[in-house]
Amino acid sequence: MSWLTSFLGWLGEFFGDPANWSGPGGIPARLTEHLEFSALALALAVLVAVPVGLAIGHTGRGQLVVVVAANLARALPTLGVLVLFVLLLGTSSIWPVIIPLVLLAVPPILVNTYEGIRGVEPELRDAAYGMGLRGGQVLGQVLVPVALPLILLGLRLSAIQVVATTTVAAYTGLGGLGRYVIDGFATKDYSSVVGGSVLIVAFALVVQAAFTLVQRVTVSPGVSRRLKVRQPPARKENSR
Amino acid sequence: MITFDEVTKRYPDGTVAVDRLSLEAPTGEITVLVGPSGCGKTTSLRMINRMIDASEGRILLDGVPVEGIDPPTLRRGIGYVIQQAGLFPHRKIVDNVATVPYLLGWDRRKARDRAMELLERVGLDPSLAGRYPFQLSGGQQQRVGVARALAADPPVLLMDEPFSAVDPIVRTSLQDELLRLQAELNKTIVFVTHDIDEAIKLGDRVAVLRVGGTLAQLADPKTLLSRPADDFVREFLGHDRGIRRLQFVPTSGLELRTDLAVAPGASGPDGEPWHLALTPEGRPAGWVPRDEPERLERYGTFVLGRDSLRSALDAALLSPSGCAVAVDGDGKVVGVATRDALDRALAEAADG
Amino acid sequence: MGSGPPTLWEWIARNWDTGRADSIRNLLLDHLVMSLTPVLFSLLAALPLGLACARWRRLYQPTSGLMNVIYALPSLPVFMLLISVTGLSQTTVIIPLTFYGMAVLIPAVVDGLASVPDHVRQAAVAMGFTPARRLLTVELPIAVPVVLSGLRVVAVSSISLVSVGALIGQGGLGGLFTRAYQNPFTPPVIVGIVLVVALALVADGVLVLAQRLLTPWVRARRPA
Repeated sequence: MSWLTSFLGWLGEFFGDPANWSGPGGIPARLTEHLEFSALALALAVLVAVPVGLAIGHTGRGQLVVVVAANLARALPTLGVLVLFVLLLGTSSIWPVIIPLVLLAVPPILVNTYEGIRGVEPELRDAAYGMGLRGGQVLGQVLVPVALPLILLGLRLSAIQVVATTTVAAYTGLGGLGRYVIDGFATKDYSSVVGGSVLIVAFALVVQAAFTLVQRVTVSPGVSRRLKVRQPPARKENSR
Repeated sequence: MITFDEVTKRYPDGTVAVDRLSLEAPTGEITVLVGPSGCGKTTSLRMINRMIDASEGRILLDGVPVEGIDPPTLRRGIGYVIQQAGLFPHRKIVDNVATVPYLLGWDRRKARDRAMELLERVGLDPSLAGRYPFQLSGGQQQRVGVARALAADPPVLLMDEPFSAVDPIVRTSLQDELLRLQAELNKTIVFVTHDIDEAIKLGDRVAVLRVGGTLAQLADPKTLLSRPADDFVREFLGHDRGIRRLQFVPTSGLELRTDLAVAPGASGPDGEPWHLALTPEGRPAGWVPRDEPERLERYGTFVLGRDSLRSALDAALLSPSGCAVAVDGDGKVVGVATRDALDRALAEAADG
Repeated sequence: MGSGPPTLWEWIARNWDTGRADSIRNLLLDHLVMSLTPVLFSLLAALPLGLACARWRRLYQPTSGLMNVIYALPSLPVFMLLISVTGLSQTTVIIPLTFYGMAVLIPAVVDGLASVPDHVRQAAVAMGFTPARRLLTVELPIAVPVVLSGLRVVAVSSISLVSVGALIGQGGLGGLFTRAYQNPFTPPVIVGIVLVVALALVADGVLVLAQRLLTPWVRARRPA
């Protein structure tokens, strides 16, 4: 069990070092950066993917976009895309890194929003129109609430993905918790590697838990107990 | 009144779903569209509230062409009930029923009060109001669907095979409930079904459509059964339409014998193989054979004047004596229809 | 083309097979091994576990909860934490990828078995199939399409995820990305991305083909 002792030793060293708790390289600062980059990328992805997914799901037009996005997102290597953008656009700002983060965060939201809206039982749509709801009301008052579990699943998968990709992006110079891992690995500072890794894992689990909570609160009990949505096989995207 | 004036629905691929359909659904009556699949009955129904738009011809609602009315506005004034109820799973029952009142901008309190009133009206326990649709049985969901369609008190109700997804016992009770409601509300109802028995039971007028969307016959159920327009209608009505026609022949003209019903303790008339023993309250107790005065045999009853000749015949077939017991609304015996009396009534029905 | 930086094609030709460990050809082979081993292992693990969860439904809730947690773990820190146990080896990449694969495949197996219509199961029971025989000859074949579509997700994800391993020196084609970043030079990135995506497409195509061969009735039912 020698690895466990050294593991605990590294952890103690990392979290016990007062230098790691202050300044621009301190844990609070890195954590804030990680949160900011992830939130920024996720917010931009939501702004793009949710309206497009709703529109495609509601009108049934442009479904090819969804299919291509879903397959490409899984197949594209995140590290390669990050390096390509940085090589092409330079490192003068954070955008060469944020853009690929957003691009990789869009597909899970897009695909699940689309699937959610598309999967609402046709008779429900029919009844909604038959009651005299207008197109926008059908979408907002019926389709979205019923598709909400899948839309939120897409958001959660995307959030997990963004947190993971933000970590990898430290390799191309982005701040955040990934710095501890990347820099520590380069300088063989294992306490930094192990401490940083534990922080990132904890961060990812908190994000996961937060989204699960949001789902509990926002999804109508009438929907979550027995879905009216025909649920497609769990669609999990490349989330790291 | 809903008027179809030479209405045709042709799809872009050339298929004709409805072909120059002309008919009227009179105010306050139930008009049933019935026919095999592919006869365009649902398409015709959905053209009334513009879920589908007609290709040619006009549909008039009390003389106003529906094509000139903004569809959502039109639909809010027409109740719509579909097969799977189509309740919104994320809303409680009371809010489902209040859907259209909310859309019309009613005060929330008033809309909910109205919804509660309707739940009771369609025979649902008000305690269900706070539940979600998945917590209700299929029959209950269908009742909620009817309540939802009635919420804003629309003069017209469109029902698209509303009872075909529930089991036969529930279906019968939903049909009875609809007739009871209609007796109170007098809505103009257009009802689509593929079940001819349902059509005959519910319809004031029945429109039989054939594949390709043409009208084969439009008539009241009795006429439909006695004088089908052609072989298609005859075949669609099925083999026992003669028997079923009897349900439109009243029993008020039946000749009854009162001497066969005998008070407790007394003995039957001479020369008769059976007599009907009565309870002290004047209700039937059972048929007594002449040879074994201690025995009581099964009997069948019909309510005189209310039940049809079909029920009277059924009652006669159920008892070993071969006679049907006529009772009043309270179940007290009015007389006995013998087989001879039934025979004469059947002969008259066959002539008429 | 002469002097100056090599073009894309020149760079490929020069680096395809240098005989060194970091030639494109060797990286490709490494990539294949590191991505396909987890696919195989996760399938082998998910089948019995999925069957157990389908058989004893009470196991499913905690198992799927655990798999959701595992799926949420970012790969890089997990690789880093494993280094202290398994060192800078391919195993360090293969183990987490196997678990990610299981997180997708166990639900797929359970859903697949749940997709067997009840009347089919009842008919098999009524015809006298023993439980084991029913599982092998009736239920598993019907579950195949759902399991295979899960396997497609796992294969494609694994292939693209392996490249993150480059950050600990074990990334197959991902090595091209780190090499490109260190000597700022784009051809390796492009070659790397194209090869990874191509591998993913080939793997996906093979699995689609496998599904057609294994379950001809699915194709017959809905002509596409």
